[in-house]
Amino acid sequence: MAKRKFGLALSVLLAAGTLLGACGSGNDDASKDNGKKEGSGEKTSEFSVAMVTDVGGIDDKSFNQSAWKGIQDFGKANDMEKGDGGYDYLQSAGEEDYIPNLNALARRDFSLVFGVGFMMQDAMDEIASQQKDTEFAIIDAVVDQPNAASILFKEQEGSYLAGVAAALMTESKKVGFVGGMENEVIHRFESGFVAGVKAVDPEIDVDVQYAGAFDKAEIGKTMANRMYSSGVDIIFHAAGGTGNGVFSEAKERKAADADANVWVIGVDSDQYDEGAVGDTNVTLTSMLKRVDIAVEDISKRAKEGKFPGGETHVYGLSEDGVDLADSRGAIPEDVMKKIEDYKEKIKSGEIEVPEYPEGKEPKK
Amino acid sequence: MSNRMINILVPVISVILGLLVGAIVMAVSGYDPILGYTALWNGIFGDSYAIGETIRQITPYILAGLAVAFAFRTGLFNIGVEGQLIVGWFAAVYVGAAFDLPKVIHLPLSILAGAAAGALWAFLPGLLKAKMKIHEVIVTIMMNYIALHVVNALIKTWSGGGDKTERILDSASLRSDFLASLTDYSRLHYGIIIALMMVVLMWFLLEKTTMGFELKSVGFNENASEYGGMKIGKNIILAMVISGAFAGLAGAMEGLGTFGNMYTRGGFTGIGFDGIAVALLGANTPLGVIFGAVLFGSLKYGALNMPNAAQIPEEIVQIVIALVIFFVACGYAIRLLLSKISKKKEAK
Repeated sequence: MAKRKFGLALSVLLAAGTLLGACGSGNDDASKDNGKKEGSGEKTSEFSVAMVTDVGGIDDKSFNQSAWKGIQDFGKANDMEKGDGGYDYLQSAGEEDYIPNLNALARRDFSLVFGVGFMMQDAMDEIASQQKDTEFAIIDAVVDQPNAASILFKEQEGSYLAGVAAALMTESKKVGFVGGMENEVIHRFESGFVAGVKAVDPEIDVDVQYAGAFDKAEIGKTMANRMYSSGVDIIFHAAGGTGNGVFSEAKERKAADADANVWVIGVDSDQYDEGAVGDTNVTLTSMLKRVDIAVEDISKRAKEGKFPGGETHVYGLSEDGVDLADSRGAIPEDVMKKIEDYKEKIKSGEIEVPEYPEGKEPKK
Repeated sequence: MSNRMINILVPVISVILGLLVGAIVMAVSGYDPILGYTALWNGIFGDSYAIGETIRQITPYILAGLAVAFAFRTGLFNIGVEGQLIVGWFAAVYVGAAFDLPKVIHLPLSILAGAAAGALWAFLPGLLKAKMKIHEVIVTIMMNYIALHVVNALIKTWSGGGDKTERILDSASLRSDFLASLTDYSRLHYGIIIALMMVVLMWFLLEKTTMGFELKSVGFNENASEYGGMKIGKNIILAMVISGAFAGLAGAMEGLGTFGNMYTRGGFTGIGFDGIAVALLGANTPLGVIFGAVLFGSLKYGALNMPNAAQIPEEIVQIVIALVIFFVACGYAIRLLLSKISKKKEAK
């Protein structure tokens, strides 16, 4: 009985806290609004930029990190400081955090707010329709709002080059692809990679596997183990954190046997550091997805007052949006030249890389 | 010191202790604890938007907590709340999007679909426990994985290879313009009313009905209950089904209120697992669950504001929040300490 009474008392207390909090908020709101107005009055010309990360966070060694690098570079180039009125980020712990985070940054009066990742599509659509004075930009998805710009990449073009590199370098005539979750973005990686391999030699086997998650390194490791054991010698991963498992499997094999012919092609950022084993390295190259360049580009346009609201910008090879990283000698000169040839052909439009893997075209 | 004093003092002291240790962690890491806690407070109660979002966050925690607490009271350990929540979420969204009905029918039907799916998902472990004595903990844990991947596959099939479902129709939505305008466009929805109704329902079921008495009795002592003429198997299944229905409702709140659709997920939502802690903090009583859910929901949502307003990194924030919950859960140790102190005083 006593316990129940205590529970009642406590919930009354908490309810009171809520109500009192609500009472106090009226004034808070007013003073905040005043602050906002004064603030914006002082620095109407000041441009500020912020981003909301996906669950990966800014040290995911992948596109969140790359986007944050773009914002930092932009901030440094324009003498901005981290924090209000400069540049900043918020990290999401789950899907339910996207909306509060986007909203929080819009309320802190950032001029431009980036949402990193296709998962944020619905959240940004909703917030952009409410916070009409803030400019938004989303990466890897399309948001149809007048104050939102959409940034897409031609991952298939960079992956095509990765496929060409793998096909030219493989000795066992077997290469592998490890994807994170099956969605349109990762399908573009798969499609480009397979097309690149087949362009060089249609006889080469491509083992395509999906882990079903971006944060399960143990699954990536198991898949890599199976692939290498079946004779695959080069694996291209587009699986974020899951791909770290591919690296650790390759490194273990290399550490056990220095002559083992195992390679990994990294993704998004230059993953050379991930592949270091003593003095050698298992990273053949990395397919760069220059989210940082896109973020900087859109920020610059917005600062100049030319924010491409309502438009979709697609970054491919020609826009330096995707590319291969420096292989640091892992790929010999003559092979590099052949890869350059393919690159020029894609840029000139002679080769058009398919966006969807065979049999995975969207049903409409 | 009277019992009542101790009862009030214990949670207060545990929260203060948690905040203190959290403050030390922040200070040692080089961040200002006062700034941090101010940000936490403002993140929970700072303005109408924050309050709306906090209540939104509390809603599924109440229902998940009820699900776990109900099973506990009947002697069952339902670890499958997470899976039941996921199937409930999907079923609610499916009915909400696939049918075109007037709101008076559509909304209750969608909510019931969520509850029914959760109940069905819990029925199987209940049946296995009742008929074959297979332990419900193992079955429910495994059912979580089955739920996650089956629902992912269903979403993919339904959307033609995409990664999210269609949006529910307005006639199935728990959101309202009124609540949104009241709380400055927060995602607060009417689910909180449903959650509170379920709290009353659970209390009524357990305390005021013969069915509730039987359920509790089987939980206390199976053999004695059987001797008393109760059907053990039927009661175990019934307990799991009701628990699963609460969990399914929690999923329906996410589907019909917060999100309006469902994504394919790489992992669990975590709400079902947090529900275990919510139930334990609330001593498995309906009112206690509200307290536990308010604490969990407020801390979880308010913590978002700590990196935002006080520049404290996400990782430190999570440690601080975990410490507060840890000390609240340690209430028993503090109770012991207090009673020892008061005994010493009496001896003197």
